[in-house]
Amino acid sequence: MPLDPAFTGRSYPPSQPYDVSREKIREFADAIGATSPAYRDTEAAKALGHRDVIAPPTFAIVVSMKTNETVMFDPELELDYSRVVHGDQNFTHHRPITAGDQLVCVAHIDAITSRMGNDMVTVRTEISTVDGEPVTTAKSMLVVRGEDA
Amino acid sequence: MSVEIGTELPALSVRLKRDDLVRYAGASLDFNPIHWNEKTAKDVGLPDVIAHGMLTMAVASRIVAEWIGDPGAIVEYGCRFGRPVVVPNDDEGALVEVTAKVTKDFEDGTVKVNINAAFDGKSVLTGAFARVRVG
Repeated sequence: MPLDPAFTGRSYPPSQPYDVSREKIREFADAIGATSPAYRDTEAAKALGHRDVIAPPTFAIVVSMKTNETVMFDPELELDYSRVVHGDQNFTHHRPITAGDQLVCVAHIDAITSRMGNDMVTVRTEISTVDGEPVTTAKSMLVVRGEDA
Repeated sequence: MSVEIGTELPALSVRLKRDDLVRYAGASLDFNPIHWNEKTAKDVGLPDVIAHGMLTMAVASRIVAEWIGDPGAIVEYGCRFGRPVVVPNDDEGALVEVTAKVTKDFEDGTVKVNINAAFDGKSVLTGAFARVRVG
């Protein structure tokens, strides 16, 4: 059954704060094979003008994971998770995610469209500090494959 | 730093093996079994276990981070997930070859870098680009 486009514009309540730690950043940098000292060495990060070590550009996906699951498992949306494929992803960084940040995510459904039997859901997650400073806008397009697709 | 349009970034080759996928699953908290369980992958019609699209995207970001020096200069990064990177259970894994080129400059002191990530001779990320602060 196709998704109801009426859910376009739906917003979700703010997430619990996510505490960004130096160790999680290092673990993530290791997992992607990234060697930049800015991810690992506080002094190197400070020399580049950052407050502390910063996170790789795609780390925001970790921060927003729980929020995106809230959307995917929203019972009213009736999205069949087993048919979901990640279609595209975009991060706009208003500033780098930095160790010590406490980040809150707010998810919005920006678009629901259908094409060739597949549904496309665009979820925009606004990531900001607990004090309201914008940090990252993460946009994911999820493709829900149709029964026959 | 002034950057000429057409500048090619130093190329990057990354080999992804099963243990890399398990490590990324743990670091990213994405435990979808199609990224580590052959049976599940085949049950949903995939040829074998595939890499997380987000892992391929993350690995491809390194070409820009290593070139620019300060990864905090990457103000935007986006791509579509065109094809899966199939990772066999052997010592070779899958070779992802990343190339990138500066294609545009903007008045706000940023440049656009187009990124290509290829596996098995075919592009796996479609329209991948980063906008990078250079001024």
